[in-house]
Order: sequence, then C-alpha cells, then structure tokens
Amino acid sequence: MPSLLIKNGRVIDPANDINEKADILVVDGSIAQVGKIEATSDLTINAKGKFVLPGLIDIHVHFREPGDEEEETIASGSAAAVAGGFTSVVCMPNTNPPIDDATSVEYVHRMARQARKTHVYVMGAITKDRAGEQLSETGFMIQAGAVGFTDDGNGVQNTSMMLKALKYASMFKNIVIAQHCEDTSLGTKGVMNAGYNSTVLGLPGIDPLAEEMMVWRDIQLVRKTKMRYHVQHVSTARSVELIRQAKHQGLPITCEVTPHHLLLTDAACCDYDTNHKVNPPLRTDDDIKAIKQGIQDGTIDALASDHAPHLRSEKELEFLAAPFGIASLECALGLYIKALIEPRVIDWPQLVSIMTQRPAQIISVDKGTLGKGKQADITIIDPEATYRVDVNKFRSKSKNCPYDGWKLAGKVEYTIVGGEIRYSSRKQDSAD
Amino acid sequence: MKKNQFIWKRKHLLGLRSLSREEIEHILDTAKGFEQISTRSIKKAPTLRGKVVVNLFFEDSTRTRNSFALAANRLSADVIEFTQKSSSVSKGETLLDTAKNLEAMGIDIVVIRHSAGGVPKFLSRNINASVVNAGDGFCEHPTQALLDTYTIREIKGSLEGLKIAIVGDIAHSRVARSDIYAMTKLGAQVILVGPPTLMPAKVEQLPVKVSYSLDDILGELDVINMLRIQFERLGSNPFPSIKEYSHYFGLTVDRMKKAKKDILVMHPGPINRGLEMESEVADGPNSVILQQVKNGLAVRMAVLFLVNQGAMMRQKIKDRRERLED
Repeated sequence: MPSLLIKNGRVIDPANDINEKADILVVDGSIAQVGKIEATSDLTINAKGKFVLPGLIDIHVHFREPGDEEEETIASGSAAAVAGGFTSVVCMPNTNPPIDDATSVEYVHRMARQARKTHVYVMGAITKDRAGEQLSETGFMIQAGAVGFTDDGNGVQNTSMMLKALKYASMFKNIVIAQHCEDTSLGTKGVMNAGYNSTVLGLPGIDPLAEEMMVWRDIQLVRKTKMRYHVQHVSTARSVELIRQAKHQGLPITCEVTPHHLLLTDAACCDYDTNHKVNPPLRTDDDIKAIKQGIQDGTIDALASDHAPHLRSEKELEFLAAPFGIASLECALGLYIKALIEPRVIDWPQLVSIMTQRPAQIISVDKGTLGKGKQADITIIDPEATYRVDVNKFRSKSKNCPYDGWKLAGKVEYTIVGGEIRYSSRKQDSAD
Repeated sequence: MKKNQFIWKRKHLLGLRSLSREEIEHILDTAKGFEQISTRSIKKAPTLRGKVVVNLFFEDSTRTRNSFALAANRLSADVIEFTQKSSSVSKGETLLDTAKNLEAMGIDIVVIRHSAGGVPKFLSRNINASVVNAGDGFCEHPTQALLDTYTIREIKGSLEGLKIAIVGDIAHSRVARSDIYAMTKLGAQVILVGPPTLMPAKVEQLPVKVSYSLDDILGELDVINMLRIQFERLGSNPFPSIKEYSHYFGLTVDRMKKAKKDILVMHPGPINRGLEMESEVADGPNSVILQQVKNGLAVRMAVLFLVNQGAMMRQKIKDRRERLED
C-alpha cells in the first residue's frame, strides 16, 4: 500500500485534544505520525485551508440489503457514505429478511467487503423477526461481528421481553442494546407528530409520550440490569431530560439525534410532502431547542443520519400510505454544520467528537481518533466551501430527501478508509 | 355592493381553512342563485355543458356522491362515477395513476373523497383538472360546512354573533374542522362539545371554546350540530359505552327542554338514531336536517360552477401570457 502524507491541514482530533495545523503520515494503512513532518511519501495531499478529521462515523443507516435492493444496496449505500465523509457506518437490521442470525450478519460484511468503500458494521435484531417475542441468537451474531442489537423500526413493546434482552446481553462484553423508543399503544396509526398541525391536517398523530414512555421504562430496566443501552433518534424535549437525569445517576445510557430532528418541525408536513414523513416524526421548535441544549451539555452522544432510502414510487402516495424515512447520508455533515456550527451551538472540536470519538465508543470500536498506530480512517473537508444539495447526483439509489436544493457548507474533499482514498471530490486523485 | 366586485379566482376547492370570509360568502351567494333551478319544471342549466366531472370516491358515501352527481347533472355536465372501496397501496394502481388515467380521458373536475387527509391537495399538485374535496380523512369536508352555514344563514339571516355547538367525535371529524373554519370566519362563536377522549390534539389552539358538558351550555345555543359517532374511525373505545355516551352527549327530548325555543338542530347524516339524538328530536320542529340535504345541492352546484370559472380564468391568463411571449 502506498504511503500517504497529508500536509498543512488543520487537524481536529478531540480524542487526543488536537486542534491545530499539522501533517499526518499514513504508512501501511495506519497513522504513522502526526505533527510537522518532513518525510517524503508515495502520495501527498495538500490540505491547506482544509480540516483533517478522524473518519466520520454514522451509527444509524438503512442499506436495505438483503431484500429491498431496489431502494439501496450495501454497495450504493457505501458509496453514498464515503461521498458524505463517513468511513464507518452501522447498518440497521430491519431488512427483509431481518438481520437476526449470524449468517445474515456475515452476509452484510461480505457485501461490504466487495463494495470496498466504507467500514460497515451491523446491529442485529434483538428479537427473532423483530417481532418482540423471542430473543434472537445474540451470542452467535456477536461472534459474527455484530456490534449491538436493536429492533429498529419497532420498539420492543413487551417490558418483560426487554428486561430479558438487557439481562441476557449483559453477559457479553462490548455490546450495546439500542432501542427505537415508541410505545405503539400510544400512537399506533400515527403518521406525524400529534399536535396542532396534525389536527388541522387531519392526520393521525404520534404522541410525544409514545417515545417518552419507552425511554422512561427502559431507564428503569437499565437501572436494574446495568446493561449498556442506547436511545436511537431522540426526538422530544422530555426524552432529552429523562436521559440527562439517567446519566446524572450514572446509568450506562447513550443516545443519538438525527439531522432532521435538528432542522425540521412538523410544520414541514403542511404540504403533505411525504419526504417529511419520518419516524419518530418531526416535532416542534421547543423540542429542537431542547435537543440542542442536550448536545451542548453532552447529554446527546452522537449524531446519526437514520438514512432511510425509499423509492420515488413509494413516496408518491397519499401521506397516510407512504413509508417513513429520509435519505440524507450524503449531505448529513452539511446539515449538522447548518444546525450546530452556524448558529454557534457547539464548536468544531465538539462537532467532530460527536461524529467520531463518541459514536465509536457506543459501538465499542477502536476508531474515531487520529492517534498514532490507529487505522487510518480520515475525512478531509473544506469547511467554507458551499454546495447545493442535488438528489439527482446522489450515489444513494433513493432520492427521498427534503433538503434537495438546500445550500450547505462543508464540502467533503477526501474520504480515506484504512489508508486508501475511497472518495475524492476531484476526479483525478491525490498526487498534487 | 361588494359581492358584485368580488372575483372568484380559485381553480380548486380543497378546504375552507385557507378561504377568506369574502370567498365563503361568495360561494353562499352563488348557491342562492342556483337554488331556484331545482324548483323549475325543467331542472337544468347549461352552465357546464361539455364539461366532464368525475366522482372519484374511495370511501362509502350516498348523500354526498349523489348530491354532487345531481349538481353536475343540473349544470349539464357529463358525470363519470368511479367508486373504489379502498385505495390500493401495495397492490394494483396507485391513487396518482388512477387520477392520471382519468385525466387522460379529458376530465375537467375531479370530485374526490378519500380516507386519507391531504389527498385532494396531493391530487391538485399532480393533475391539471380542478379538484373539489368531498371529504378527506378527518381533514376537511368543505361542501358540508358550506351547506351547514348556508342553512343557518337562510334561517337566521346571518351567523354574526350566533353561538353554535358542534357535539361529538371532534377528533375524527372532517365536518367539525370545516365547520369551525366557515362558522368562525362568518362571525359565529363555536363551542366544541364531547368527552376529552374525542378532542383533537392542541384543540385549544383552534379559534373555539371547548365544553365537556352539553347541559352547561345548551341553554345559550342558537344552533347545535350533532356529529355522527363514526365507529369505523374510532380505535379502542374512547368512551365506556354507547349508553353512557348518549347519557352525556345525546340530544334527547328531555334535554331539548333546556334549549332555546328557536334552536336549530343539525346533523350531517347519516344519523345513528337513539345514539346522537332521539328520533323525536331528529324529526322534530327544530330539526333542519332535510333542509341541509336540500341546500347541499345548490351549494355543490355553486362550487362546481365556481371552480370551473376559476380554471377558465387561469387558462385565459395563461393563454394571454403565451400570446404576449410569442
């Protein structure tokens, strides 16, 4: 493998408390040196004026394979990931059939190796068929490389089942149980946030309580089991508050938030545009405010796109009938910059931390830093350069993106995975 | 007079929430003009001759569908009936395909009823024909509210200052929503009555009052509109029993003794007799239920006429613009 020298960039590596101009030398796929480097290399990238970051990590994506390859494949999703600056992603198990056994986990890994773009990790299903009735083979899936478990798309409704899942998983190391928090008895047929807008639009609502009740319940179960637990796509102010309190009590709880829950409210549904139909639903300005506070004070550990591709034909239906989901992997970084950096909610090192180091900790992988000897996953961005989101240029197979046409900052220049340039904004690679 | 200066510009009637008071009054005034057609020996006007109206109904309806069909017939339009029990989502044709196929046949106006809120708006964005909402989910039912206000105006002269209660399942009622918009815009005070489990989310943000006790407010009312309990829309029972519901919110002969002598009793139909109201009340002297049905025809004629006018005006403006560009 050719060696690679990244010169003159501003290196932001919160794990090592670095935020300064420095060079990085990559040899044999690993970080050999960070600092002022005079050595020569096979390839050189001049990163003057650019930010050099640990490879970005998205712990919540849907690549639809196996089963719905017309919407996305592991190959197309991986290409979208590196174009968005992501060197690692975690696939959710709600495929068809669901990823609920070791063979399925291995299948995803194999397709990811073939795609040769981003690192692809897998969360297996907590329960067989994601039906909430019987534990799936947690141990075998861990042996196959699963980093955690969730029935994403469904919350585990039955309290005793969830308690069992947390208890059982606690005998394994470095595993997290993640939950899509939604008590369906409180909003089973809802298609948007329950509130004034759902009332005037005449659409059935999903009460914020549906999320909050399950967050609250699971916190009690974590208190009992001490199992590591992660709340996926937090969407309400009360959920943030519950998680904050649980963390203060020392419980091993983490959580993530999506770009759409930082940027959009249920008012966006007023045109019945199904690209705004997502679960958990878009909430209110007050919820966004609370989530931003949660990011500021560290309650929220990670940003995750919940990239959920759907075909145009599926989304071109009445709002009630269209599927939930937003495809945003390729523009996620720009969305986070818009939501958090531009209004000065947090600074760059903080943003990088919740996109690299902290998500890596949640899934217990040795990533998210540019420390010496680490695998060289590196994302180089131009923080000032702007672009217009154009869904027709997405590598993702699906275009269900409400941000089409938005002007965003933070262009991805290079995405380097294991020391190899897997994405470059320039057609001709590297050697300046 | 201001109504002579008013020019109707809308190509669609999707709901009343976005309509101005002037627009609502213009529809009602136009309906007044159409009313006498039904009393002539030849009950027809040539207004929509050569136009095609399709009745696209994805939900059961007798009253509204027939009323629209008759209204279109009276205006000399050709009417296509298209009834489908449910919109096919996973199998068969999508709603949009159905509409585009009908459009390819050269239709001018789509009258649509659908169980999903927002479908008329969705259609209006995707096809060229005029779209008239005949009820979408629990979003709006504009022609019902127009005939309700028409009926009240006909008898009371005006809605200004009237106290009107809408009683029942507000949460799942498109009639209630359209009524709220129309009645409050015309100056009435609207009180929603029913158990809290049948009130929609954030009801306090609507321009209405809410009461959980029919007895408390019945004496003040000028109009009472009793909604149908729609068992098909209710999830797990929002009240313990029909008997208990009727006890608190049913309009009985006994309860009517507390009401003003000239209170108007309305119902959008079909009535669950003995549930929302006793037969003696439904058929009693205060009931205007059949007048509502009768007025529905004039109102729907007015709506079809106006959306066609709006469409033609838009076409004219477009043609002129294209000529200028040539």
